[in-house]
Amino acid sequence: MSLVSITVGEADFDPASLLAQLEGLGGGAVASFTGIVRGGDGLVAMRLDHYPAMTEAQIARIVEDAQARWPLLGVIVVHRVGELHPGERIVFVGTASAHRGAALEACAFLIDWLKTSAPFWKKERFADGRATWVEARAEDDATRDRWG
Amino acid sequence: MTAQLDILYFAWVRERIGKDGESIAHPGAEVSVAELIALLAARGEGYAQAFAQPERLRAALDQHFVPLDALLGSGRELALFPPVTGG
Repeated sequence: MSLVSITVGEADFDPASLLAQLEGLGGGAVASFTGIVRGGDGLVAMRLDHYPAMTEAQIARIVEDAQARWPLLGVIVVHRVGELHPGERIVFVGTASAHRGAALEACAFLIDWLKTSAPFWKKERFADGRATWVEARAEDDATRDRWG
Repeated sequence: MTAQLDILYFAWVRERIGKDGESIAHPGAEVSVAELIALLAARGEGYAQAFAQPERLRAALDQHFVPLDALLGSGRELALFPPVTGG
């Protein structure tokens, strides 16, 4: 029975404590990805909307796909929603496995799928008053599709 | 009793229509998502703007992603939205 923890909410998270949970599962490898709101181009803030009734279930389906491909001891996914500012953490994916290959590959798989197949939408607000919805990028779909 | 279909809108679809969602009389199991979008587009200016380019829309039926040619079947909740941009 492996650890699966999925959290979607406005609260910030502490990557060190999440990594410590994964380190305690008895495997030899822990990998993680932390996404940060990127500043620049006058970005003041972004707002993340999601589909509350679907989001956690859809992330759980993506985690199940990862568990079917790699022998994982644990997966932790945290995805923030609401208003976020440059420099703030937005998403965390952590994996634990016996060996580094599974942990690293599963972590990359999970973030590639989260970006393209979980119901979140970003709206960016800029210093000049513009506010625009982020467009999905074809290269993100291509990156996901390399997993076959 | 007539079955209902709950429709939810997200991101710029929600903004253009001006509401989070609505309940309509279920248009029928054999109606596709794309056909329903065409029907909704006739409801007013905001709808017409939201649904002007169906190829830019994505859908979830009962909280599972579906292609636009999927039939509504016995689905009870349809969400319409742009391609997702999380992560």
